[in-house]
Amino acid sequence: MTTRGTGPASGPEPSTPTGSGRGSRALGNRAVLVSGASTVLFFAAVALVVALAPGSGLVAERFFSPFHLWQSLRGTPSEPSVLGAFLLNVYIFAISEVLILVLALVIAVVRGIPGPAFFPFRMVAIVYTDVFRGVPLILVLYIIGFGVPGLGIGFFSYLSEVTYGIIALVLVYSAYVAEVYRAGIESVHESQNAAARSLGLSRFQALRFVVLPQAIRRVIPPLLNDFIGLQKDTALVSVLGSIEAARAAQIYGASQFNYASYVVAALLFVLITIPLARFTDHLIARDKRRRQAGGLA
Amino acid sequence: MSDAPALVLEGIRKSFGPNEVLKGIDLSVTPHEVVCLIGASGSGKSTLLRCTNLVEPVDSGRVVVEEEEITAEGVDANRVRRRIGIVYQSFNLFPHMTVLRNITLAPREALKMDRKTAEDYATSLLERFGLADRRDEYPDRLSGGQQQRVAIVRALAMRPSIMLLDEVTSALDPELVAEVLNVIRELAGEGMTMLIATHEMGFARDIADRVCFLEEGRILEQGPPGKIFSSPENPRTARFLRRIIEAGRL
Repeated sequence: MTTRGTGPASGPEPSTPTGSGRGSRALGNRAVLVSGASTVLFFAAVALVVALAPGSGLVAERFFSPFHLWQSLRGTPSEPSVLGAFLLNVYIFAISEVLILVLALVIAVVRGIPGPAFFPFRMVAIVYTDVFRGVPLILVLYIIGFGVPGLGIGFFSYLSEVTYGIIALVLVYSAYVAEVYRAGIESVHESQNAAARSLGLSRFQALRFVVLPQAIRRVIPPLLNDFIGLQKDTALVSVLGSIEAARAAQIYGASQFNYASYVVAALLFVLITIPLARFTDHLIARDKRRRQAGGLA
Repeated sequence: MSDAPALVLEGIRKSFGPNEVLKGIDLSVTPHEVVCLIGASGSGKSTLLRCTNLVEPVDSGRVVVEEEEITAEGVDANRVRRRIGIVYQSFNLFPHMTVLRNITLAPREALKMDRKTAEDYATSLLERFGLADRRDEYPDRLSGGQQQRVAIVRALAMRPSIMLLDEVTSALDPELVAEVLNVIRELAGEGMTMLIATHEMGFARDIADRVCFLEEGRILEQGPPGKIFSSPENPRTARFLRRIIEAGRL
């Protein structure tokens, strides 16, 4: 190899960025102006399209009628209340979440146990996450909800459809959450484990007191993100016959020929997921601040 | 010295893949002796310490601590490690625990010491090393020197019979080195048996009863510091020390 290759300054002539040298304050003011104008324009265009659409009057009546919004929320003697049905979503969510947190942690820990004797356990954990992350939730719901009762195995075949729904949600979401945990566990530096083991703690004690507390702290934001998804997916349990918010809205729509019930159901879901989303953002921001503050070590 | 050795290493070999890091190390440390391991980076000092407390399993050879062979079949490594304190270059304090909890975790969980006994002992150690006011802080809020002193206290809280120190000042800013070295001097003064891997040649000369020069996984030369540092027999030891002197570290 020759020593004299291309010179260090062989790249293209650094061009001076045009028109950016006039001070950042002027640019800042202009940015505010542009973003304001663009926001106004955007929403004006959307409003114009909706208002001028040939069916806008019909949509206003079918989806946003105040009477139907209110009536579907409360329910009628012949149609279930969407709000009442939404409580079932909250119930399914609350039970599933706790079970998922536990089951997923077990799977993640099992997957990380070293040693040849634990090979079959690791294999089961890997196959489990592969399968349940790959199969669509709605298929798992059908298979559990209709398959297990069909087996006729005593107690397990005579549970409520809500219970089968919870089982399916737990099976699918635990596979995702286990991967989140695993990422957290692997993000804790090996030296932490080595320090704990050097002090005479057992493998399990090192995991419990040193590795997992740090790992879980790091994965709280992605965990919450998965739970926002879970909250919405509780609506899918309706395919087994449970009357939760989405199904209640459908019943109302089918008998009243008005879909304000769907808007009500959607608003209820948003109302519960937005605080969760803001809380997630808050935790991410706090974590970022803390890590930047800790950068002086 | 009529005592049985505190630590005996016999024919220790260790490879990482095709790379043989320790090529048969023999070393015996008597009680209350301070042995310093010197040598270039990659000579095997750290690996030797990590093999001694079985954090790294040895490929072959024996490790005997107070007449018990800990490399023997069926020995509970967790129990062995409680008797051997090790302090690492990068402190490795647990960042999610206060200083006190860092220190009491192992005594409480591994030795099943009750909370009060563990905390009292931890507090007395912290007081001795001038860290009492840092008891309830988290490690991030401490200077590197303080963190390393806490790491030493954490190892001492297990009442080990021997301490292994792995380049404990290498990650510190120069002005923080002294406070950590003073702690080690104090331990040596109390008769703690120590095996110390270090780049601080001046410190090694001061504190060591014996200095071992490692190169490429072998102990090439050992002896009292006065002899090793002023008239080494092995030309490679001499070359290593000359490089150190040229770098201004002795």
